[in-house]
Formats: sequence, structure tokens, C-alpha cells
Amino acid sequence: MTGQVLEVRDLVKHYRVGGGRSVRAVDGISFDIAPGEVLGLVGESGSGKSTVGRCLVRLIDPTAGTISLNGRDITHLSRRQLRPVRRDIHIVFQDPFSSLNPRFTVGQIVAEPLRRHRLAAGAQLASKVTRMLDRVGLPATTAHRYPHELSGGQRQRVGLARALVLEPALVVADEPVSALDVSVRAAVLNLITDLQAEMGFSCLFITHDLSVVEFLADRIAVMYVGQIVEHGPREQIFGQPQHPYTQALLSAAPVPDPVRQRQRRRVVLGSDVPSPVAPPPGLPIPHPLPGRGGSLSGGRTKTGGRSYERAVGRLPPGDRDERARCPLTPAIQRRTLSISNV
Amino acid sequence: MTALEISELAVRFATEDGDVLAVKDVSLSVRPGEILALCGESGCGKSVTAMAVSRLLPPNARISGSVRLDGRELTGLSERELRQVRGKDVSMVFQEPMTSLNPSFTVGFQIDDVLRQHEKLSRRAARVRTVELLELVGIADPARRCREYPHQLSGGMRQRVMIAMAVACSPRVLIADEPTTALDVTIQAGVLDIFRDLADRLGTAIVLITHDLGVVAAVADQVAIMYAGRLVERAGVTELFAAPRHPYTVGLLGALPAAVSRISDGTRGRLVEIPGMLPDPPRRDGDDCAFAPRCRRAEPDCAAARPALAGTGRSTVDKYSHQLACFHPEAVR
Repeated sequence: MTGQVLEVRDLVKHYRVGGGRSVRAVDGISFDIAPGEVLGLVGESGSGKSTVGRCLVRLIDPTAGTISLNGRDITHLSRRQLRPVRRDIHIVFQDPFSSLNPRFTVGQIVAEPLRRHRLAAGAQLASKVTRMLDRVGLPATTAHRYPHELSGGQRQRVGLARALVLEPALVVADEPVSALDVSVRAAVLNLITDLQAEMGFSCLFITHDLSVVEFLADRIAVMYVGQIVEHGPREQIFGQPQHPYTQALLSAAPVPDPVRQRQRRRVVLGSDVPSPVAPPPGLPIPHPLPGRGGSLSGGRTKTGGRSYERAVGRLPPGDRDERARCPLTPAIQRRTLSISNV
Repeated sequence: MTALEISELAVRFATEDGDVLAVKDVSLSVRPGEILALCGESGCGKSVTAMAVSRLLPPNARISGSVRLDGRELTGLSERELRQVRGKDVSMVFQEPMTSLNPSFTVGFQIDDVLRQHEKLSRRAARVRTVELLELVGIADPARRCREYPHQLSGGMRQRVMIAMAVACSPRVLIADEPTTALDVTIQAGVLDIFRDLADRLGTAIVLITHDLGVVAAVADQVAIMYAGRLVERAGVTELFAAPRHPYTVGLLGALPAAVSRISDGTRGRLVEIPGMLPDPPRRDGDDCAFAPRCRRAEPDCAAARPALAGTGRSTVDKYSHQLACFHPEAVR
């Protein structure tokens, strides 16, 4: 494929732990991001989604696979070779406290990328910084303040300003709104939407929050124990999830509407998440089992006149490899049908 | 009959700069088998309210008002009397299970301990009950898990251990402060089911403190929204989501990405933003509506006086009365 901003092929990141074993944090994933596209990477804790983001910006080195940015393989570039590449790829972190240097003023923080790349100096630098702060909704006077003087939402705006000041082709956003309160989160999400429309950067948006990707992403990839188990356009993932894990994830996320929420059926996976420490070959997906998932009364809970019912499908035994790797095997499709007919 | 009745609760903290108001005029009641969600953003006073019930606040806190458990006043109790109440009649579950469990004892020992203290069970009888409790909260192979230490369990399992410990003595009231915030959604769903079942089957009255309106929609019976230390709106869950009246509640609901994605259909919509920030605690004592500076419906009278929480009449969709503290609420839809 050509014309993609980012191409990731068979990305692997294993961490060695004691006893000759390794943690398979990312276990062979591939995806592309087109120009101006927002790809939402969702998964639960430990799924490897943040490791993917850190590999992309080469904060950590992948074990295997290739990462191409604008058609150029950046997987094995040295630190020196990477320096010019860093103009085109930036990252925004979750924690707006630890990701800003407390000894720099906001102005210095936002100016830093411009100075490193020698793109501006003096009065021009100052005006670029002011303009960028304005774009993220911060007054020019913020430039003279230190991160500790700002609220969480303002700090996250500074993080965005720093990432976008070089007008990169790709922004990796790792849970950028997860530490924010609801009303502040709304403002930052609106801001990201506006900036993305205005500046046209591509974005890998990493989050555990399904409602955020549903709001923001064009396409969605769902990660589970180091692998992408399902990948598709937003409407398809939310409308017709194919993979049992995606179904379980979507059905577990509560919707803020009591009437709808209490009529929803939940897909419950049978066992706990397998350990990424050398998982058993070809079996990362737990079997969906009826009546499990922490309920006291099994599959059905009656509540003073209302009831939630849980649809629990069963996968035929066997074909474990297909189930794990390919969400569209006939077995899975049959199972999906059985769920929608419950 | 109410299990927990809080009336006119106020909490101040004595600091070097004088008293700081954290919570004022909070009145709530929860019946057996009912789940009340206490909802708001960081700093609104929801956790302080909960801690005031079992008096787990730091020594500089000054509590006034009344907290009644099955009609028994708790506010005048001595520390010693309170210890009989905590963990037995009122128990708590906190957000972070790792810091609430003692890392140097097995989880079984820690649950046994509660049972031996309050129920005066023998070592052996306590262990039998502990295994039952762990089974109740859905932990597989509970007899083996009893002998494990907190670090050997996953986050979801630890939180289930905390819940097992909290319900060990069949408390009348369970206070859960952000119990699922640190958990993944698939685990959260299971934990919420446990709460619902405890209320339904054991008649436990539950106060669920959360900032997550999705969680509220999933399990609560009634909802109280807090802002800057006071209740601004209170209603049954169906009513509150279907017909919110306070501009803050309306803003919170509109700020949820899920609310927008549903209507936008393809193109990205815009989320409702609530401009400005929570007022500093010293500002909370004023005679105005604390939300007025951020409110798009504010009028001059909002800065002149504080609207009191008052009933707007019985709801048409559920059995709870709808209460509101606002001079210019949103119209009934």
C-alpha cells in the first residue's frame, strides 16, 4: 500500500523476564494510518496498546517488525538518524503532570521542538509559540507560567501545543483525556477534533474508553493480549462487532442511559485474561461460558421489576488458532448470529 | 423505613488560613436494598460526605448535622463505639484495592479478622465463612485464593476481596467510593453486578460514589448530583437521565462522548463544554449559587441569593421525588 502516513507490519515487542521467559507485550500486529485519519487503538490494561504507541515514536525499540513513516522505514534508525524524523511524529501522554518539565515555563516547553529543529528563533519563535497557545485555547500570558500553576485540562492543552507546534504528520495520543474530569474532557476532545480538522494530522488515539473512540476515531483496532483481534471502520466495530472479545468489551461498557443500559445483553467471557508471559500457543481468547463473570445468581439478575439478561454464546470447541487470529471464521459468524437471535 | 439518613450534613476543615468548607446542607436517605449514586466531579465533596458517615476524616475535620443508621444517631458516638459500627453495620469499599489491603497478610486472614472481631467467630468458623464470601463475589477456587497475598491477585480480584470483606458481617449500609474506577470495563461490569445483587438479595443499602454516569445508569436507583460541596439535583435514575433540570447536570450529561456519538451519526458532533472551573473552597461559603459563574442560564438573581434544594413534585416515571437547587432550571421536556 502506498500513500499511508504510517505502516506497521508484524510489530513485536517482547520483554525478557527471569527464567528464560518473556512477556509478549505486543505479538505481531499490523495496521496503517491514512493521511488525516484517526485510528482508535482500544484495549484493556495490559493489552499492549501503550507499548505500540511507544514503539512507534521509538521510545522503546521493537523486537521485530517494521514501522514506516511516510514510506520510510524508521524501525532501525539510530538516534541521530531519527532526529529529523521526529519533526513528523509526536506523542501526547496521559499524565499531564509528569510529562511537562516543571522547571520550564509553558513558553519554553512549547518552543523546545522549534528550537531543537532550528525552525525559528527570536521574535519569530515567540510569535509562533503565542499562535500555537492561542490555537489550543490558552491565553498568551500562559507562556510565562509554570506547569504547576495550571489545571489538569490546561496542562493537557500545553502537551497538545508542544506536540502540534511542528505540524507533524502523525500524532500518537496515549490516553490523553483519561485523567481529566468529564466537563474538562469534553473541552479537550472538542479541541482535538477542531485541531485535527484544521491541521489535518493523522492520529493514533490510544484509549481504554470506548465512548471516546466512538466519538473521535474513523477506524478502530481492538487489542487483546498483544494482538489486534478486530479492526475496522467505526460504524462496523460499534454496529456489528464480529470478534467475541470486541462484543464482550462493548457490552461491558455502560451507556449513560438507564433505560437502554438495563435492556442491554452482556457477552461474558468465561475466564480471566491470560497472562502475556508466554501465553499458551494460539489461545489468547477465553471461552465464553454461560453464567460466569462475577454474578451471584448466574446468567440472569432480577431487579425489582427490571431485569438484565445476559446473552452468552458458545463457541464450538476446536479451531482455536482461527478464533484467536481471524475474527471472521465461520465459527465466529455462527456465534454472532446466535447472540443476535437470543 | 430508611437504612441510612443523612440530614443537614456539613464538614469543615480547620486550616492555617481558617475554616474551609468542604460539604454543606447535604441531606440524603437510602432505604434497604436501594442503591444511591452520589455523583460529581473531583473536589465536589462526594468522598468527604461518605467519609463523614463513618467518621473516617482527618482530625481537623468538623462535622455537623446528623447521620442516622436505622434510626440510631452516629454523630455523637465515641471512637470506641464507632469501631463497633464500622465494618459491621457500615462498611466501605475504596477505589484502590491494593492500598486498602495489607500486603503482608493473606487475603483469607484479613477477611477472617473482620469476622473474628465483629462476629466473634472461631478461627475455623471464620475461615469457612471467608471461603463462602469469596465464592459469593465470584472468585474461582476460593479455598486456594484465601492462602494468597494481595500481590498475587489481579486488580479485579482484589476489589472483589475488598467487597467480600465489606459484606462479611452483612452490613446495613455499604459505602463504595469509586469502586470500579481503577478496573477494566469487563471487570467493572462484574463488580457492578455484585453490588446490584447485594442490594437485591441481602437488602444492603448502598451508597455508590462515582464520577462515571455510565456506572450510575447501570446500577443506581436514585442519584444525587453534587457541585462545590452541595447537592444540586436529586432524582430517581430514570427521571434524572430522561429529564435533567439543573444546568450542571444537563452539562455533565451533554459532555459525555456517548451522548453525542449517538445523534451525530457519521460526522463528529460537539460535546457540551462547561466553561470555567470549580470555585475555590473559600468561595463556597458565599450567598450565591456556586455554579452561576459557569452557568449559561444564570441571571442576576443567581449571584444575589443561593437557591435551596427543593422538590419539584413526584416524578412521573419513578417513585422518587425530583429535587433541585436552581432558580432558572431547564424546562421540563
